[in-house]
Amino acid sequence: MKQDNTVFPKTPTGIAGLDEITNGGFPKGRPTLICGTAGSGKTILAIQFLIKGITEYDEPGVFISFEESAKDLTQNVRSLGFDLEKIIGQKKLKIDQVRVERSEIQETGEYDLEGLFIRLNHAIDSIGAKRVVLDTIESLFSGLNNTGILRSEIRRLFQWLREKGVTTIITGERGETTLTRQGLEEYVSDCVILLDFRVIEQIATRRLRIVKYRGSTHGTNEYPFLIDEDGVSVLPITSLKLEHTISAEIISTGVPGLDKMFDKGGYYRGNSTLVTGSAGTAKTILAAYFALNSCKREEKVLYFSFEESPEQLIRNMSFVGIHLKPYLASKLLVIHSSRPSLHGLEMHLLSLHKHIREFKPHTIIIDPISSLITIGSKGEVRAMLARLMDVLKMHHITSLFTSLNDEESLNYAGVPEEAISSLVDTWIRMRNEETDGRRIRSLYIVKSRGMGHSSEIKDFIITDNGIEIMDGVPSKEQRQHTPGKAETFPGNGTKQKS
Amino acid sequence: MTTDEKWEFWLYIAGQTPKSILALENITKYSEAHLKAKYIIEVIDLLKTPQLAEDDQIFAIPTLVRKVPKPLKKIIGDLSNKERVLMGLNIR
Repeated sequence: MKQDNTVFPKTPTGIAGLDEITNGGFPKGRPTLICGTAGSGKTILAIQFLIKGITEYDEPGVFISFEESAKDLTQNVRSLGFDLEKIIGQKKLKIDQVRVERSEIQETGEYDLEGLFIRLNHAIDSIGAKRVVLDTIESLFSGLNNTGILRSEIRRLFQWLREKGVTTIITGERGETTLTRQGLEEYVSDCVILLDFRVIEQIATRRLRIVKYRGSTHGTNEYPFLIDEDGVSVLPITSLKLEHTISAEIISTGVPGLDKMFDKGGYYRGNSTLVTGSAGTAKTILAAYFALNSCKREEKVLYFSFEESPEQLIRNMSFVGIHLKPYLASKLLVIHSSRPSLHGLEMHLLSLHKHIREFKPHTIIIDPISSLITIGSKGEVRAMLARLMDVLKMHHITSLFTSLNDEESLNYAGVPEEAISSLVDTWIRMRNEETDGRRIRSLYIVKSRGMGHSSEIKDFIITDNGIEIMDGVPSKEQRQHTPGKAETFPGNGTKQKS
Repeated sequence: MTTDEKWEFWLYIAGQTPKSILALENITKYSEAHLKAKYIIEVIDLLKTPQLAEDDQIFAIPTLVRKVPKPLKKIIGDLSNKERVLMGLNIR
């Protein structure tokens, strides 16, 4: 990557995630084409590129708008927290609207677009701009008839921009068969980025793809991106390298009896745990224990609850002796509740990414992750989860996911377990069995990376004071479900290394 | 428009290019033939005064702007099509 930078220097966009997937930003002093359908976020991305240039890299910018007026533009991005008037006042940003009114203009004979060049040049020189946005130059085609002149002039404009040495974003509307209606991609050979906005299973998803980037390595995947109150952020796929630093510190699961089932008395910090089981097997209780314990250590917890509202969760957990309310007040615990179907899986992950950046939690709980997984195909789900794990590991966040799966039920899809179990470090299965007219709760550890663990199936009960793991011998029927060849003896569980 | 008011045209150019010279010749010729002495042609060279381009929304060169009478009208190009220019400017 370093070598690339010396050959083709880059201009950082300052947009979260985008610089990662472009290995450093857009080609410096060259034009980049951003194309996409109407409403795909071209203008917002472009204006953010200018604003970040001004606020983070001290590079003034010029915005040539062929569509919106400076006033409309200012208003539209105010909701993203961008104060254009301020930076215009500081002579860091210049917006020039080029209005092409078909009804006002007659064409007769030969002409060129020198007027546009002069305006652009004047705007650049007046503030010493290093970054330029042309949004959307194709509007010229709807205002003027002589496409021959327009084409050759636009080609000349791109060449001129290169000579001027400004890093430029040109936006273009997606055509039927071409990337842009007027085939601008033919003129911009340096870098082309495609934005996509589609609705899959009634869920709107934005994606970004680098179509080409001359002389640079870049990610080739489609990356989901988000536009929210902070503008655009792109979620890069995994760094593909497993080189996070790891911790040997042990933290408690929150349940004393469960801690004892791990050789070292708990999870490693930064560990990811999956808790699976059918409905009503106390997965959320286990998750809440973990949250409580993190809070007790004064470590921040971000709890995503997809089935219960925060109030519901707090109340239900208080019935089993887990009192989370004080931590909610002291802001050690933040609970996010939303319907999983509100956004796609990746949108949830993106927003999660954002919360991580802002809240900087030590612990994350997703309860249940299976409700996210119903959206999207198996492959997609796995890729997304891999990304999520990566983000968590990178930030040394200890995580716990619950996953609902009904092994006995016929419509058990098996997606969650399969998709996630190989990615997590620790896997705990919870069960509910009906024997002799009563239900017996039990749990066991399926795997635990880097640590020996008990292979017993432990019965447990839930009382007003929470989970109590029994030390007794499981019944014969239960033993049949024991994985592997593990035998259990009272008070002396067989240990197996994994 | 009152009879003693003069037609006012602004011709935007960027240096003495063949297209701009031709445009000036054309508008002078048409005005002379149809407006007699009741016209003014102002030539604005954007190479010298680039800041003027924004006000009149100039992007093409040459551009002829009819300032008086109102409303504002614009014709871009070397003005070689006489009928079109006369019609576009409402000269007849």
